[in-house]
Amino acid sequence: MQDLAVLFKGNNFQRLLGGLGVTLKLSLLSVALSIALGLAVGALMTLKNPVVRAFFRLWLETVRIVPQLVLLFLVYFGLAKAFNIQITGETAAVAVFTFWGAGEMGDLVRGAITSIPAHQRESSAALGLTRGQCWRFVLLPQAARRLVPQAINLATRMIKTTSLVMLIGVVEVLKVGSQIIDAARYDAPQGAIWVYAAVFFMYFIACWPISLVAGRLEKRWTA
Amino acid sequence: MDFDFIQRFAPMYVKAAGLTLRIGAIGILLSLAVGALCCLARWFRVPVLRQIAAVYIELARNTPLLVQLFFLYFGLPKVGVKLSAEACAITGLTFLGGAYMAEALRSGLEAVDKAQGEAGMCIGLTTLQNLRFVILPQALATAIPAIGANVIFLIKETSVFSAVALADLMYVAKDLIGMYYKTDEALLMLTVAYLTLLLPISIAFSLLERRLRYAGFGSAVQGQ
Repeated sequence: MQDLAVLFKGNNFQRLLGGLGVTLKLSLLSVALSIALGLAVGALMTLKNPVVRAFFRLWLETVRIVPQLVLLFLVYFGLAKAFNIQITGETAAVAVFTFWGAGEMGDLVRGAITSIPAHQRESSAALGLTRGQCWRFVLLPQAARRLVPQAINLATRMIKTTSLVMLIGVVEVLKVGSQIIDAARYDAPQGAIWVYAAVFFMYFIACWPISLVAGRLEKRWTA
Repeated sequence: MDFDFIQRFAPMYVKAAGLTLRIGAIGILLSLAVGALCCLARWFRVPVLRQIAAVYIELARNTPLLVQLFFLYFGLPKVGVKLSAEACAITGLTFLGGAYMAEALRSGLEAVDKAQGEAGMCIGLTTLQNLRFVILPQALATAIPAIGANVIFLIKETSVFSAVALADLMYVAKDLIGMYYKTDEALLMLTVAYLTLLLPISIAFSLLERRLRYAGFGSAVQGQ
């Protein structure tokens, strides 16, 4: 129990928080890029053109089936070896998470748009709304209600997945945690359990409120 | 691309794929069991158990598997609980997967129209009969897509087990890169290995989903 003190020794706790900052910075950047790209991708996914459909289908299946860690290795080690492109772990992480997130987000956007029954569009046409008005006042508000909770869930998944970047050498909260443990190997031999528990709860505190908001919104808007 | 190298080390990948698949399968089955227990505790509003299940689901769903794994593998031995890498992997996967499966099953149960259960009681079915013949068949049909997504998600998540020195696919690839610097070949085989494992599962679930869509009772009418 006395090894709990290792968490607060020196500037250890600030360092952990700094690591959490790196985690959040990487994930928020990827989330923002994914949402921006995903909206465009989703709009394209609703097109009926077979070539476009096949392309996005292939993209989506790829990011769904290949583990994110494998994608990280492909970009970080593969690009360097095959094309001699040297990028930092952070850049590789944001690139991979955006590639993954834009695909998933696109599919959510597509689902939200196609879930609106055809009679909504037809009745707005019957009421004499123009195409622009129809999107602005009828389709988009309904699509947004479906989309927002799911997009927030995707964001929490991305925050959690950023823990993988320590395996390609990015110093984020989990890596800082193991550095602290290694440094205190002799002073606090049982420090590992406390440090990893702290990291566990840091992730929880970062993700839980976001999940709660998503759950609330979903319940309120689907009722 | 060095095809001799690929041929020489392909058997290592096959062996590692076996381990990945075995841990994935055990973890998924245990996850389903844990998920079903949590879901039932909440469905029948069992006191205490229901609150424990709710806390567990939130904890497991809002933390990454890698952190859970480090806690199990590096943290717990410090207080005397020593598990092998494989036991840690299965425990971690079950901890994570149980919560996801519980949510998938719950969404299935909640999708069943209330009138169905009430009608079952009206014609004199016992609680268990009602669950067995009326509610569960409909709930499972709705939950299958979510369960399928979870199965694929959990097998993908096994890739982090290489971090605790479990010789899975990811570990073999890292090992070959480190020893021979054959990055292209090692990563190609890694990607191909995951595709061969997961594509058939993905296709099987979408076929199953298509078949079960007919089982949705009355949904075609209500959807109008």
